[in-house]
Amino acid sequence: MSNEAVLHGHPEVVTTHEVHHDEHHVHHHKETFITKYVFSQDHKMIAKQFLITGMTWAIIGGLMSVLFRLQLGYPDQTFPWLEDILGRWAKGGKITAENYYALVTMHGTVLVFFVLTGGLSGTFANFLIPLQCGARDMASPFMNMLSYWFFFGGSVVMLSSLFIQTGPFSGGWTAYPPLSALGDASPGSKTGMDLWITAMAMFVISSLLGGLNYISTVLNLRTKGMSMTRLPLTIWALFFTAVLGVLSFPVLLSGFILLLFDRHAGTSFYLSDIYINGVGALPNEGGSAILFQHLFWFLGHPEVYIILLPAMGMASEILSVNARKPIFGYMAMVGSLFAITILAFLVWAHHMFVTGLNPFLGSVFVLLTLLIAVPSAIKVFNWLTTIWKANIRFTPGMLFALGFVSLFISGGLTGIFLGNSTLDIHLHDTYFVIAHFHIVMGVSAFFGMFAGIYHWFPKMYGRYLNSTMAYVHFWVTLIGAYLIFWPMHYEGLAGMPRRYLDYSIWESFKQFSDLNKFISTVAMIVFAVQLMFVFNFFYSIFKGRKVTTQNPWGSTTLEWTAPIRPGHGNWPGEIPEVHRWAYDYSKDGRDFIPQTEPINPNESKH
Amino acid sequence: MAQAVPANQKWWGGGRSPFNVEYGKLMMWYFLMSDAFTFGAFLISYGTVRFSSNGWPDPNHVFSSFPFAGSMHMPLVFVSLMTFILIASSVTMVLAVGAGHAMDKKGVMKYLFFTIIGGLMFLGCQAWEWTHLHHEGAWWGRNPFLNFDGTPSSTNFTNFFFTITGFHGFHVFSGVIINIVMLIMTWRGVFERRGHYLMIEKAGLYWHFVDLVWVFVFTCFYLF
Repeated sequence: MSNEAVLHGHPEVVTTHEVHHDEHHVHHHKETFITKYVFSQDHKMIAKQFLITGMTWAIIGGLMSVLFRLQLGYPDQTFPWLEDILGRWAKGGKITAENYYALVTMHGTVLVFFVLTGGLSGTFANFLIPLQCGARDMASPFMNMLSYWFFFGGSVVMLSSLFIQTGPFSGGWTAYPPLSALGDASPGSKTGMDLWITAMAMFVISSLLGGLNYISTVLNLRTKGMSMTRLPLTIWALFFTAVLGVLSFPVLLSGFILLLFDRHAGTSFYLSDIYINGVGALPNEGGSAILFQHLFWFLGHPEVYIILLPAMGMASEILSVNARKPIFGYMAMVGSLFAITILAFLVWAHHMFVTGLNPFLGSVFVLLTLLIAVPSAIKVFNWLTTIWKANIRFTPGMLFALGFVSLFISGGLTGIFLGNSTLDIHLHDTYFVIAHFHIVMGVSAFFGMFAGIYHWFPKMYGRYLNSTMAYVHFWVTLIGAYLIFWPMHYEGLAGMPRRYLDYSIWESFKQFSDLNKFISTVAMIVFAVQLMFVFNFFYSIFKGRKVTTQNPWGSTTLEWTAPIRPGHGNWPGEIPEVHRWAYDYSKDGRDFIPQTEPINPNESKH
Repeated sequence: MAQAVPANQKWWGGGRSPFNVEYGKLMMWYFLMSDAFTFGAFLISYGTVRFSSNGWPDPNHVFSSFPFAGSMHMPLVFVSLMTFILIASSVTMVLAVGAGHAMDKKGVMKYLFFTIIGGLMFLGCQAWEWTHLHHEGAWWGRNPFLNFDGTPSSTNFTNFFFTITGFHGFHVFSGVIINIVMLIMTWRGVFERRGHYLMIEKAGLYWHFVDLVWVFVFTCFYLF
């Protein structure tokens, strides 16, 4: 059996190559509504499914934050309409403490996993990897479909936990035991936690199926001439994201399995010497609650980069396209992505400086954490150099990419404070942390996502999003994000802890009541503007201005060589061959040179 | 560009697999890396808890029974037999893959059959061992065994034992199912028509991985 026979004789491979030789094959598919829109195996449709599911989650998660911001901004007032929508969770128009914690927990879980992981990398890895690598589809379209449906299933389970008697899990998105391990500890730790673990386990499976596909597609299915160093930076970023997910989520799964045994089989993996009010002393001994934190953060820290890397990749691409300049330092960009990927696995304990971690070990983690500033700074300087003296086109996608860079710098700088174990003693679990991670990975990843949506919407739906609404969306969101999170730094430095229901009863934090009111007001305005974006999105799918040229942004990459509305298989006829890197902008007096154009012997070297 | 094809192939130049393998095998390797992290997390958790405990039961004392041998003291003999069976099944898996390379349908079926039997025997042994320990009073949350020095032990010895060997046993079980599916597909001539037995190779990768993991599980629970 020759290797050629294996490579070309395998049925699943045949399908991708078959289309290659017989372009009519694509058009003769009998597509029903079910196979086209529901159980689709087309990576572009799966990407849209991830996107719309993610957007639904973003609205739910965002609405949760509005609800608890209402409590934080107006702790002394009641809102009778809250009782109308939340029932006994807001008796008398005031959110109960238990429900407040549930809202905070679900807001975190939903935004981190279901929006910024599933919704972000699920959408753009699926959409861009085959189109920008020059492949007909993912390596295994079937597994890709399963990946979405596991994500959907996990979403349904997570959503259902909102509607049960004892309420959703309420112990924080990090699910630390013993609170998460003992049903007697709080109402949210009962069935809500079981549903939470089930949903998260399904999410891990979805992420594994997706990640394996992304990795093997990038490695195996690049078109002729598309060497790794000719890949657009989006693909590099999505590739490293997939590697991070495949290697870190299984550790979380192990942690969850042990947690499940602690909950239901009487084991003591994370439990020792516990007394519960009303229940008494528990027999568990010998376990370690810190063990869970290690397992959790071994995923939890790479997770930050799983969220951020796709945004970085898309911002790089969009900045270069709209600056009409090649990306500055392509290899340095790839190298810094790689460095971030490696370091992501070596810094998890900086979330645990105050757990009683050995100070010597802490100092090692401080060093490794601060090292991340090096690749991050390389990226920032390269972005800035890319737009330096450029003739910038301020498209909505470009604005969001610029906003991403701004937020990444602002949020990244406070990371240097938090990465120091000594400063962390003061800052840990305060609003400073909230401000830091919301800016650096929450809002900035959202900006990367918005940039990607505005930039690739024409490729997804063959229409443009409305630009006026887009500009309003951008400015309100950018200014709003700074107005919400900037003041939180001051609150945090003053020692205001996170996750408290009511700060007005604390002498030290009373002074912030007007500031909290201000933050809550801005949060509501920003949320309303996001709803406008959602309207723009769905309106433009059906009524947006039509794309009339194949390459509306004048971009070099392969996705713009496909038809305006590509069918399953992406290119009618042969897949284009690639002859150059993805960033030949403003070269030799030409605005841009597509990747598919052969190198001219008289061309200058880049 | 009309250039002569260079003598040295450009493996990473696109248009082909850089490792000269089809995507399924690549995915299997990445899946196994991922799974290695799952087991790694379990075993490191076990190590963490064990080293922070004051004492731990003596495996030579806990695992000293053999079926039908009554109260004879035979430390680690039974688990050695289990390990031998599993490793022997890896050998037959190698032979099945080799027969696949030679397009020898009968050979593939024969050795796959032996591999399945080996896997089932291992699972049977594990079932016996679990039952035996259960009769002695061991289970999740219950540990009848004393520490080396005779002091009472925490339940984490049995907690980790049942969780990790159970998770490994679940992998063996999945492997047996996969091999049965492969056997049926071979028998129905699916791979013969396809022209290659690559699926057997992928199943083989998984099977060897499960064996390799057992070596670590065995070392951590029975030898230390």
